[in-house]
Parts: sequence; structure tokens; C-alpha cells
Amino acid sequence: MTNYFADENGFFGQFGGAYIPEMLHHNVEELRQRYRSIIDSESFQREYRRLLKHYVGRPSPLYHAQRLSQRYNTQIFLKREDLNHTGSHKINNTIGQILIAKMMGKKRIIAETGAGQHGVATATVCALMDMQCVVYMGETDVQRQMPNVLRMKMLGAEVVPAVSGNKTLKDAGNEALRDWISNPEDTYYLIGSVVGPHPYPDMVARLQAIISEEIQWQMKELTGDENPTHILACIGGGSNAIGAFYHYLDRPQVQLIAVEAAGKGIDTPETAASIARGTVGIIQGAKTYLLQTPDGQIIEPYSISAGLDYPGIGPQHAYLYEIGRTQILSATDEEALAAAFELTRLEGIIPALESAHALAALNKIKLNPTDRVVVNISGRGDKDMDTYIRHMQK
Amino acid sequence: MNRIDNVFTQNNKKILSIYFTAGFPQLDDTMPILQWVQQYGADMVELGMPFSDPLADGPVIQHSSTVALKNGMSLSLLFDQLKNMRSTIHIPVLLMGYFNPVYQYGFEKFCKSCAEVGVDGFIIPDLPVEEYRQLYQPVARNYGLYHVLLVTPQTSEERIRYIDSVTEGFLYAVSSYSTTGGSKSLNASEPYFQRLASMHLKHPVMVGFGIRDKETFSTACRFARGGIIGTAFIRTLEQSGKMEENIRGFIRSVLD
Repeated sequence: MTNYFADENGFFGQFGGAYIPEMLHHNVEELRQRYRSIIDSESFQREYRRLLKHYVGRPSPLYHAQRLSQRYNTQIFLKREDLNHTGSHKINNTIGQILIAKMMGKKRIIAETGAGQHGVATATVCALMDMQCVVYMGETDVQRQMPNVLRMKMLGAEVVPAVSGNKTLKDAGNEALRDWISNPEDTYYLIGSVVGPHPYPDMVARLQAIISEEIQWQMKELTGDENPTHILACIGGGSNAIGAFYHYLDRPQVQLIAVEAAGKGIDTPETAASIARGTVGIIQGAKTYLLQTPDGQIIEPYSISAGLDYPGIGPQHAYLYEIGRTQILSATDEEALAAAFELTRLEGIIPALESAHALAALNKIKLNPTDRVVVNISGRGDKDMDTYIRHMQK
Repeated sequence: MNRIDNVFTQNNKKILSIYFTAGFPQLDDTMPILQWVQQYGADMVELGMPFSDPLADGPVIQHSSTVALKNGMSLSLLFDQLKNMRSTIHIPVLLMGYFNPVYQYGFEKFCKSCAEVGVDGFIIPDLPVEEYRQLYQPVARNYGLYHVLLVTPQTSEERIRYIDSVTEGFLYAVSSYSTTGGSKSLNASEPYFQRLASMHLKHPVMVGFGIRDKETFSTACRFARGGIIGTAFIRTLEQSGKMEENIRGFIRSVLD
């Protein structure tokens, strides 16, 4: 049987691993030794499940979208991660990791954020657990995403602008790693996606797996069959996608489709399509596909969606793509915008721009009237209203 | 015999190693700086291969890396700049940088290029020790190249012994919990230096990170064979005035 998960060194086939300097070895090794036993412990599971239910508002609905189904002449089910507390799937991970940090006796939480969704989700759980919180955010993003910066501050977090590199998400991640090097004893680095050195990709996937765990029984309830025919999710680092795919990885009858951000087109330099346009290399501690020059310098990606403009992709996704378990599509800024407006008008749901990329792929695959297609609506569109308003005024 | 070993066979000498980024401040400064560093008394050089995402480095080295890349520096160009190096340079030269550019260049090709121009070894901190030992060390050995590994104040005694068994030339002791260019006092690290000194390791120890002047260099030399200066030297390269004079002045201020 194909193994879809990490080996003990964090490799998925050739991808993953922990390409970190010795200065981070102790921190990462401590986490590697503890995370499985903590996640598998009854006390963790009890608290994680309790918070997901009563604080986050899970299970998130699986909604049979009738008008959208009519439009595509198939059966479409929306997994409503947008209805979670703080507005996206990000909170599933931060709830889990804050409990892990607490059980490891850590006092101070650091995180990186791009658009601010993971930063807000981290600041939220830090307020909840009374932990010190420092969020690194590229200086460019701080200026572009002021409402989320203010939200984090209101929640009690310190927001530190990252001024290195291009001053966006990957630079925020680099700054967080530098902080961790300088504060190894009391600090926990709460990574927001299935990226970074082992054990993060595996750990975050386990914490997001709740999405597909729920899809199974919800599909059974709605259709009599646990298995949809297709699952669609957008992919930047890939945490919502791996969450939606996780329990279906070993069921080949379910087609798993991840949608990258093409930006202005995968044939233009302004893209974030790490698999379509990337090559294998090492980024932030993991071997995976990334956007880079032939000299191995990392290229700044572009997408209209701040949550998808990461130059790499989670190593598990690189592996799933390589072995043919997932299909990788891409959607441009324009296609995502059109899909966001379509969902809004047909179903009264304003999706996040990230999730709109998954919806845009409905146009790109052949669907039968009896197919049962799950689309993961990873977040809500409130944060993207400026972009949507500009689009309406065009 | 590798030139790095020669340096450590000189009894009782305090070893000064200088780090600077290739292609900084100007693209063609690499060779002149290398010559001045040798002329004014450094025993060894670590030449930085610039990378877009240097996550173990503080702002000064990051900035030098960014400038060098903007200047057009790349590994191919660096090997081209170094191709006649051994007609004038007799001290050991190591290349230091992150794994991805080396991985894209091709590890064996990288070793071949190093050997061709007379580079003696390399330091790639994000290349995991075990992976290096299994996949890459046999290749590097074919070309007579050393890979120097790092230990930190958090590295356990067992792991220090393991790293000591894999490293070549010397062991690079990171002085404290910090990225490069930290301004922490070395006093707090003395128990750790003491511990390293008392372990009777197979390889000589050089202390790096936070070595910036005569005082910190002397502290390093009290517990180890010498010290590695990077950030403070790069600051020197950015000073106004004649670069040669600045380099001479800086190295003399550390050694005299």
C-alpha cells in the first residue's frame, strides 16, 4: 500500500525533512519528540475537541449548494470553514498548537503571518490561553492589511514588521525563525501551514484533518455515502487542502484536486503557482517545490490573494502530486474574482479570495450530474472587501 | 594535507578567521578583500555565498547578501572570481552559505569547482549532519574538501561528540543563542566554552557569532583555538574612506 504520510525523519518520498541550522536543532527536536504523544493523548484530544466544538463552533456545516449545483449541472457541497471563529480554517491549527505549546511548558508564542489570518487566529488563542504573543508580519503586508494588524493588537499581540527581503510572508517566517534561534527556552513557534521543517508539516496536517473527518460523516448523512467523487481546495502552503484531503488519501476513488494561485497567469512572472512553475529545492527547512531562480535564489511570488502568495508548497503536497494522488490546477486572479462573485450571487456566501480559487476550478474539470463534489470554503471574504469593492467599481 | 589542518598545527597561535560576503560591497571586491585580509594577518577566510533567505543571519549579513545578489553575484561567478586565487592566497578559504544554491548548482559540481579553484572546505549550516554524512561526505572527500559543522550552547554532550566525529578541520562553536551579529556579552557563555574545552574533542574549536573586537576575540582564544569575525568585519567594509586602510585598521585592532 502507498504510504501517504511522513516517515520518522519527516520525509514524504524525497520531500520534507528538516534542513535547519544547528541553532534550531534543539527546538525542533524537542517538538519532534513530543508532538505525537501529545496529540494522541486523551487529555489533549478532550481539550482540543471541546474547544473546537464550543469555542470555534465546529462541526462546520457541509452545505448542499443547490443553485451552484444547477449552474454546473452536478452536486456541489460546500465545507463551511468560513463559519469558524476568526473566519477561516486557520483556527483548527492554532487551537491544537497552543495546547501543545502549553503541554510543553512554553510561555511565549511567536508566529508569522501574511494577510493576517493566521496572525489573528494565533493572537486569539493566545488571549484565550493567557500566553505572550509576538506576530511577525512583512512590513508591506502590515500596510496592506491594517484591519488585521489592529485586530491582533486588540487581542494583545505584539506585531513586529519584518523589514528584510521583500517584506512579505516568507520574510515574516524568516524573522520568526530568527526569533526562535534567539529565544530557544521559553518560546514556541506556531507555524500557520503545512510548511517548515519536520514535524510541522505532519503536525499541522493532523490538526487540520478534522475537516475531512467531518466531511466523512456529513457526506454519509447527506448522500448515504462517505465518499464524494471530488474534493477541491485552494493551495498556498496547503493546510486547508491537506485537512480536506487527509482521511481520503487512501481512497483512490475520491479525486483530490488542489488549486494554486496563477496570479496574472502561470506563464507570467507574476504568479504563485509553485508546482506549475517551481522546481525542487529547499525553503524554510523543507525540501519541496518552490519558485526560484536557476541559481537557487527564492523568487517572491504574486497573487491577488495574500493567503496564497507563498513561494513554496507543503512537502506532503509535493509528494502527493509527484505520485499522482492529487491533481494540481491553477486559477488566475480574474478567475478567482469571477468565482467569488458567482458564489455570492448564487448562494449568498462571500468567500475569501483564497477559497475562490478552489471554486474557480469548477470550470476546469469535467463533472457529471451525479458527481458529488466537495469544495472547501476555507475562509470568509470580509478581509477581502476592499478588493471586491474595487472589482465592482471597474 | 588540507590547508585548514596546517593552520591548527601552529602551536599556541590564536587563530583569527574572517567572514565576508562574496560580491559585497561591489561585485568585484571579493579578491581584493581576500588579499587584504590575508596581508593584514587573518589566518583563515570564510567566504559567504549570498542567499535570498539567510535565516540564521542578523540584519548586517542579510543586508550584505541582498546587496551582493543585486550586484549579480552567483556561485558560477564566484568560482570565476576565485579561479586564480591560489597564485596569491595561501591561507585556507572556506565557502559558507545555505544549502539551496549549492543544491541547485549540483553538489558534486560544487565540490569539483571548489577543488579546481583551491577552496579547502565549506560550511553549510542547514545541511543536516546525518544527511551530509550519508549522502554527501563521500563525495566531498573525493575532492579533498572539509565540511565544518556547528554546535551551540544547547547541543547535548552526546550530540557534540557525534558532530565532532563527522566534522572536518575544526568544530564551529556558536557562542550564544543568537543569529549572527548579536551583541550579547560572551560572559554568560563561558561555562559552555569551559564544557567544550573539558571534553577533549578530536577537533580544534573555533568560536563564532558575537566575536567583534579584541576583547571578545581574547575570550574566544582563552577557551578555544580562535575566533571567527563576520558582522563586525562587514560593518568595516561599509565604512567611508579607503577600504584597505579600514581592513588593516580593523584586523590590527583585534590582533594587537
